[in-house]
Amino acid sequence: MTDLSKSGAAVGEPTAASPAPSAFLEVRDLKVHFPTDDGLVKSVDGLSFQLEKGKTLGIVGESGSGKSVTSLGIMGLHTAGQYGKRKAQISGEIWLDGTELLSADPDHVRKLRGRQMAMIFQDPLSALHPYYTIGQQIVEAYRIHHDVDKKTAKRRAVEMLDRVGIPQPDKRVDNYPHEFSGGMRQRAMIAMSLVNNPELLIADEPTTALDVTVQAQILDLIRDLQKEFGSAVIVITHDLGVVAELADDLLVMYGGRCVERGPAEKVFYEPRHPYTWGLLGSMPRLDRDQQERLIPVKGSPPSLINIPSGCAFNPRCPYADLPKDNVTRTVRPELAEVGSRHWAACHLGKEQRERIWTEEIAPKL
Amino acid sequence: MLAYLIRRLFAAVVMLVVIVMVVFGIFFLIPKWAGVDIALSFVGKQADPAAVEGVREKLGLGDPIYAQVWEFFKGIFAGRTYTGGGDSIQCAAPCFGYSFRSEQAVWPVLTDRFPVTLALALGAAVLWLILGVSAGVLSALKRGSLWDRGAMVIALSGVSLPIYFTGMVALSIFVYGLDLFDGQFVPLDESFSGWFGGMILPWITLAFLYAAMYARITRATMLEILGEDYIRTARAKGLKERTVIGKHAMRSTMTPLLTMLGMDLGALIGGAILTETAFNLPGLGQAVLNAIKNQDLPIILGVTLITSLAVLVANLVVDILYAVIDPRVRLT
Repeated sequence: MTDLSKSGAAVGEPTAASPAPSAFLEVRDLKVHFPTDDGLVKSVDGLSFQLEKGKTLGIVGESGSGKSVTSLGIMGLHTAGQYGKRKAQISGEIWLDGTELLSADPDHVRKLRGRQMAMIFQDPLSALHPYYTIGQQIVEAYRIHHDVDKKTAKRRAVEMLDRVGIPQPDKRVDNYPHEFSGGMRQRAMIAMSLVNNPELLIADEPTTALDVTVQAQILDLIRDLQKEFGSAVIVITHDLGVVAELADDLLVMYGGRCVERGPAEKVFYEPRHPYTWGLLGSMPRLDRDQQERLIPVKGSPPSLINIPSGCAFNPRCPYADLPKDNVTRTVRPELAEVGSRHWAACHLGKEQRERIWTEEIAPKL
Repeated sequence: MLAYLIRRLFAAVVMLVVIVMVVFGIFFLIPKWAGVDIALSFVGKQADPAAVEGVREKLGLGDPIYAQVWEFFKGIFAGRTYTGGGDSIQCAAPCFGYSFRSEQAVWPVLTDRFPVTLALALGAAVLWLILGVSAGVLSALKRGSLWDRGAMVIALSGVSLPIYFTGMVALSIFVYGLDLFDGQFVPLDESFSGWFGGMILPWITLAFLYAAMYARITRATMLEILGEDYIRTARAKGLKERTVIGKHAMRSTMTPLLTMLGMDLGALIGGAILTETAFNLPGLGQAVLNAIKNQDLPIILGVTLITSLAVLVANLVVDILYAVIDPRVRLT
């Protein structure tokens, strides 16, 4: 008995001594907790995934599901610049190209930031320093990691601005962020993050702050640049439409944990978690003739201080009462394989979910 | 940028004219409406009627008000001769008025006193900027620590304690207790070390008050800026934390500090009355205090004008520096 439970625990929880993975990026059991006056906020509570070079992973979920916290965790931005007593508590492992980042020297991780891994932020107006020109900011990003003079760096900046489709880059390079339009600013932001040819690019809601007409252009740009540079990309969004265009794999987060993960087309066309169904139901679709009313996910996201016991989604799940013995409210479901490279964490039986999806959910979408 | 400069300069000149008119109005029009004889307040209460009439004639108080303003304006640029009551007094340009009470032109009094006040204000400003800003930044970076709490308690006491208290304490400790300084003002052209020794306590006392305010503002601003997205971007680039704070965060923190500095310096140059009184410094503040005591209206008028001018110039400089720091300002 005891042996069984021990070995069972060892499977899902790799220890710090576990060997370097073969994947380019592998996150193992990542936990990011923030101590506050009200209690411990478990923003990310046990998240694992892998990502290969040249591939795109989409992380979706509603506000407060832990998407951005995950990305900042990978970049090491929870620990950099942490002032005051309350520090974020981070555990787990983040392997990037054979290096474990959480146990690595912070200064080493700093040198990787911007060079091996770079990030695009949600709102390019607030993410760019208002007092420096676009050029100055790109030049700075380049010169941290390359020992070149300002002239060479500026040439590189102009080249990058040209590459991301900014007209008259040699003139625009001397403009300030407030002199750019929203879409141009995000292009400049992308140029800045790609200036060092990073192997991992994290785009945190790259189109949320943009005009709808510009969104598609930016997504196209990210996809083109990824093909060109062959980098691994993580796209974080609450908009399934965004990842539908970009992602190879999808990871659906809820309450700081992964509830479903798999190839994008699987998650889109054969989703196996009630929360994913809810997300799909609340997404406007243009490819359908008949416009049904959107079906929102009822209720609000869980408190990350008091995450519901059992399945975190149970208070909002229409099928929470189907499994026997009140198990949805007492036992936390683990990710289980539901198809090839496709996992979901749900207490409902596999056949039961297939039936609900094909008979009840899919026809309404 | 040039257009911005010209606009600011033009605004400053217009402001100057408005200030002179308002000040003139306060000193000459309001007493008139209130039915007070202005000539009487210019010459003193125990003056004989002939002297009062002489001053009335010299100032042209019987003329329409616009003529009086014009004469005053003209005096600033071309000098003025006060004639009336059987004698005439020459007041060379720039003539900011003449004190019939103390029988001296106002301008030499101002130029005499101004360097002392300017030195007091500038020296203290350098001190409080160094102390206040570094204490504020450190407090922000070590928020909640013993250092932060300690510094903020000291800052709170600095803001709350009046100059005449801290000044007296400083004097009793450093001059009368430890005998470190002489405590006497010595003009700069007599002896630098004597001047420095006389100024150091006023500087520290004045800087203590302002450093406290600047530390609190710096801390609050820095904390706000550190939460900005572009600071996160700076870190995401791989910049060293020292550069993130020293370059990216400091540049933004400077803007509100500069605004404050402009107003504070302007006000101080107009006369740090309390500090100058506590340390017996012969500056503008002391001059105006004496003038108030003696009801010497022309001196008060002159100092008021100089004060307004100082605030105006300080704000002009701040506006220009503002545009240098923040490119968005250049558009407005």
